[in-house]
Amino acid sequence: MKILVNFDLCKSNAVCMASAPEIFEVRDDGYLYILQEAPDETHRAAVEEAVRLCPTRAITVEDQAL
Amino acid sequence: MKKIVVVGASLAGLRCAEALRREGFTGALRIVGAEVHLPYDRPPLSKEFLSGEFEEDRLALRTEPYEELNADLILGQRAQSLSLEARSIALASGEKLDFDGLVIATGAAPRTLPIADGISGVMTLRTLEDAVRLKGALVARKRICVIGAGFIGSEVAATARGLGLDVTVLEAGDQPMLRGVGPIIGETLAGLHRSNGVDLRTAVKIESLEQIGESVRVNITGESSLECDLVLLAVGAAPVTQWLEGSGLALDDGVVCDATLLAAPGVVCAGDVARWPNPLFDGESMRVEHWTNAVEQGVHAARRLLSDDESAPAFSTVPFVWSEQYGIKIQAAGRFSGEDRMEVVHRGTDDSRFVAIFERRGRISGVIGFSEPRRVMQYRRLIGTGTPFDEALAASL
Ligand SMILES: Cc1cc2nc3c(=O)[nH]c(=O)nc-3n(C[C@H](O)[C@H](O)[C@H](O)COP(=O)(O)OP(=O)(O)OC[C@H]3O[C@@H](n4cnc5c(N)ncnc54)[C@H](O)[C@@H]3O)c2cc1C
Repeated sequence: MKILVNFDLCKSNAVCMASAPEIFEVRDDGYLYILQEAPDETHRAAVEEAVRLCPTRAITVEDQAL
Repeated sequence: MKKIVVVGASLAGLRCAEALRREGFTGALRIVGAEVHLPYDRPPLSKEFLSGEFEEDRLALRTEPYEELNADLILGQRAQSLSLEARSIALASGEKLDFDGLVIATGAAPRTLPIADGISGVMTLRTLEDAVRLKGALVARKRICVIGAGFIGSEVAATARGLGLDVTVLEAGDQPMLRGVGPIIGETLAGLHRSNGVDLRTAVKIESLEQIGESVRVNITGESSLECDLVLLAVGAAPVTQWLEGSGLALDDGVVCDATLLAAPGVVCAGDVARWPNPLFDGESMRVEHWTNAVEQGVHAARRLLSDDESAPAFSTVPFVWSEQYGIKIQAAGRFSGEDRMEVVHRGTDDSRFVAIFERRGRISGVIGFSEPRRVMQYRRLIGTGTPFDEALAASL
């Protein structure tokens, strides 16, 4: 899976960090950093929760064609 | 389970319906909503939509096509009553809908005050229509008086200042927002309003409202009265449970559920309307009026409905809320009050950034941060794992 963040929508509430701290990090500069852009499947549930809980609906997951 | 009806077509109801499909429910799914709109997002109604930064098209809660949800959306229709025996709900139109499973997600509606009866220019804010009306008034008028300095009152005050209006905020308590957080944060919140030009008056009692032509006079006990062009009543919200009276469900400031969000066999609740004992806080009975809770509960309620009674897990969460005022991101998680021990664990380079944590029974129970999202989330995790307070203090996140 590939993580995409629309940075025009992101407001750095860091809710994604609570769901998937290994993938998302909001730093002290106030911006969101994607720590792994193509995480393995073990992270799927956490990432999908982050997608759902994002207050600005800024995160999407793209499934690469096999 | 063949037929599921979801009542309430907003955040909790929609996320629940989506989760039902994801979890493999293939039967008939109906979503009943009193509003005529497809589910939309409320937080921007006091912020970006009100200020004009967002248009209506940015509010949609679902971006994927509705056909994929394969649900029957019955909008502009209010559920009037529930019969647990007949396993059906009656709509205002008289139509009855049968169900095997029912999701109650009717949210909350603004409280009003009797003194506001019959006064034009008094508004509340919950729906898109409310926001359109308030926005129009903010553009056309000059002086707004906000009654109640909770989240919504404070956000509207900030937005109205941004639009250049004269803003007075009247609050019955000693401090704005997050009532009872103690003097330090209370004063910070008050200072935020005042330094942005809001006339904030705390510990006031409003005697009456008077219509003076187009404007409203607000009479305050022991103080001179003030005149304004519009009044926003922001004195909290009450769960929408009137339609459930007499149904046999337990109602007590919300629909009373068990720890798994079940209110009766085959009946679950989610969002602002749900009251449940939260295992993470020693089973404290909670009703949470925050956005992320509505999503989490929607998903949990869907799984609960589709699972058997023995294996269903409890719903536990560290309640979280964010707010945006004067460019500052205020976030809070967990439980706290002025009675609890509080320690400021971080101060940013400028005064407007800080993080404070709270203690209950030896553990970290709450966190509040101003423009410190990373730390708030990290402390929120420590709350969720029941971390001893001293350990949280030493964590220096
Ligand atoms: C202006 C505003 C700003 C906010 N800002 C924030 C914020 O910054 N951060 C945050 O965490 N939270 C915020 N919130 C709170 C958040 O929006 C709510 O927690 C969330 O909307 C709750 O979702 P819900 O689906 O439970 O209820 P609601 O959104 O209230 O939806 C309930 C729906 O059910 C419908 N309904 C009611 N009765 C019936 C019936 N009998 N039959 C059919 N339909 C019915 C209602 O019309 C409504 O559409 C804000 C709320 C408002 C109003």
